[in-house]
Formats: sequence, C-alpha cells, structure tokens
Amino acid sequence: MGADPDGAPVGRRVVLGLFGLGAVGIVTGSKIQGGLSELLAPVQLRDPTGFTALVPLGNTWRYYSVTGSVTPRDATSYALTVSGLVDRPTTYRLADLEALPQTAFTDTFQCVTGWHVPDVPWTGVRLAGLLDAAAPTAEAVGVRFHSFDGTYSVNMTLDQARADDVIVALSMYGAPVTHDHGGPVRIYSGSMYGYKSTKWLSEIEVTPNNEPGYWEDRGYPLDGFIGE
Amino acid sequence: MSEPTGSFARFAPAERLVHRLVAILMGSCLITAAILYNGSIMMAVGHRHVVETIHVWSGLALPVPMIAGALSAAYRSDVRRLNRFTPADWQWLRSRTRRDDTIPVGKFNAGQKINAWLVAGSTGVLLGTGAVMYWTGLVRLSWRSGATFVHDWFALGLGLLVIGHIVYAIRDPEARRGMRTGRVARHWARVEHGAWAEEIQDQSNS
Repeated sequence: MGADPDGAPVGRRVVLGLFGLGAVGIVTGSKIQGGLSELLAPVQLRDPTGFTALVPLGNTWRYYSVTGSVTPRDATSYALTVSGLVDRPTTYRLADLEALPQTAFTDTFQCVTGWHVPDVPWTGVRLAGLLDAAAPTAEAVGVRFHSFDGTYSVNMTLDQARADDVIVALSMYGAPVTHDHGGPVRIYSGSMYGYKSTKWLSEIEVTPNNEPGYWEDRGYPLDGFIGE
Repeated sequence: MSEPTGSFARFAPAERLVHRLVAILMGSCLITAAILYNGSIMMAVGHRHVVETIHVWSGLALPVPMIAGALSAAYRSDVRRLNRFTPADWQWLRSRTRRDDTIPVGKFNAGQKINAWLVAGSTGVLLGTGAVMYWTGLVRLSWRSGATFVHDWFALGLGLLVIGHIVYAIRDPEARRGMRTGRVARHWARVEHGAWAEEIQDQSNS
C-alpha cells in the first residue's frame, strides 16, 4: 500500500507551531494571566453561575484536599489546641480566637506549582501572639501544624512561625474562611508557598525539631519561601 | 482479490493497539485532570496526591505508544499520510459541501489530519509544561506560572478535541468497526474515502 507523500508537511508545521506557542506561553503566560485576571476579577467574584471557575480564565483558586471528604466544623464543634513544648498548653474555641486582636492585610496566595491568586484580603490572629501566650520552652525549635482532615501536617521553625505575615486566618475576602478554603480556621503564611498554609487547622504543636511535612515528604522544599 | 469479500483492510493490529493504549492513557489523564482542576470535584474526591500521581504517570506514559508505533511499517505509512496536505485537503477544509464526495478524500480526510497533529502537538506541550510544574526546581517561579497557564488552556483544548473525536465515532459505526476489527466495508470506504478506495482497487487490479 503506497503512502501518498505528495503535498506540504502541514502536520509537522502544526506540531512545531504548537510547541512554539507553548514555549512563548511559559515565558509570558504569567503576565497574560495577570492581565486577564485584572479584567475578569470583578466578574468572577460575583459570578452566580460558577462558569468562570470552570475555564482557566484569570487567576482562579484551586482547591486541594489530601484525604477523602473532610467533615466540616463550625463554631460549636471547632477547637484549636496549642500543645507540645510549651509552659501553658491552651485550647481556643472559635469565639475565643475571634475575641483576640485581629491582624488584616492583603497578600497573594502562591502555589509552588505556579498558580496564584493576587490581592486576597486576609484577617486573623498573628501566630506569634498565640505562641507567646503558650510560652515555648527552651528546647522548642519548630512548630507543627495539624489539620482536622486527619492526615495533613507541616512544619515551620519557631522563628519562621513568628513572622508578621503568619496568621491563624479566620476570614478571607471579608467573610469567614469557607470549608473549601480550609475554614473555619486555617494558617496563612504570606511569604511562603501554599503548602505551608495548613487548611482545617486543629493543632499547633511546638516541637524540638523541624521535620518535613506532608508535601515536603513528597518532594517540596522544607523552607517553602516563595521564589526559592 | 481482497478477502473477505466486501471489505478493505484499514488499520493494522499494531495501529489498533496504539489507539487502544492512547485511549486508556488519555482517558486517565483527562479524568484525573478534571478532578485536579475543578474545586467541587476535588473536594468530593480528595486524595490529591494519589490523583496527581495517576495523572503524572499517565501523562508521562501517553507519548510512549504514540512513538513506539513507529516500529510498525503500517503506522509509519499512516503517519506520513497524515502529515501531507494536498491542495484537495485545503479545498475540503474550506468547502461547505465537503461530504458530497466531489472532492477526492484519501485514507484520511483533512479534518482527521488536523486533529491528529493538534492532539500530537498538544500532548507534547502538556508533557513539557507538566514536567515544569511537577519538578518545581527546573525553572523559575514566573515560568511555572506560565506553564500552569499553558497547561490549563492546552488541556481544555485537547479535552474538546477528544470529545469531538468521540462524537464523530459515535455517529459512524463503520469507522468504529475499522478501528475495532481493522476492516471496513467497501461501500463505506468509497463514500468516506473515495480516493483511498480507488487506490486499493488499483493495487489489487495491477
């Protein structure tokens, strides 16, 4: 059966064209995405159909869960424990956390794989304050965050955890942190990649070391600073 | 003369095997992609690391049968046919009455040719951008963001191509039979791929 080799090699050109487009997209995509995002953000925040979340227009949130379904907790069922190497272990109800002085700032949520959502308004309790109240002992080196999904945990050094932009977040976009975003209470660490910002926070354990956490065991850097 | 009467050989066993493997891996990629991308599905399914691992390995494996097919002469011959666009192909693409059998169509029509290369090229782009996203130490952050952007849009495009491919297959049982059994009815070949049917006829007559 003889092939018909006459005609232009259009197939090869299509492939090379797509490769070129992909390469240009890798280098410029971040800027394009940013531009799209600025144009579309007002629409996306008020989109009742949810359509804009289905297509990759602009900088959209991606929701991660490493276990099966996570049982939601609310003001009655929620509790946060500060434990481990501390002189004063403490348990906070949601109302206790809400009664503490709140820190508010606007910052980007940056995932290590590349996606990010800029200009997210966060409000919460500075972690440094909770740590000071619990009074870490002299042997304390790190802090381990545990999630009530039952699986996820991640570390920071005590110094990293005391940074100004590390908060126990209670609200995003001026409203309580939703379940899908890790509410009612999650960590938000502005200088670090998203995997350091534990969702569904249930325990802050002060530890004698700085062990790798869930995604770090699976290859991500222990110091998850953005840009490193 | 051709055996059994009334049919032409269209796809060799190696080509059908490649098609089946690509279909399984592509299906795996697209289903896991939907879980990883869509927040509602992700929250219902969870287990992100498992889903991600299946997605990454399916994606890495996807080009393997596409390339390994080159071991088969029939596959190489069909790739050559797909690569070449004749003036009749351009005419076919522009025509509003392309199905009326006046423009000669070879073993593959121009739409099938374009689809094949869009799928192949998109697979390559998704492989490259996926690698950049997965091995986060390879390139700087802004390029990873760019790679995510490219990966999202190419995945959406490829998903639509695959859906279109399946819709055309559902509408044409004889085309499906060609890929399932390797043979197609002569009548179908004359209507859908007239120039190819003539070519086979000429060969068996000479």
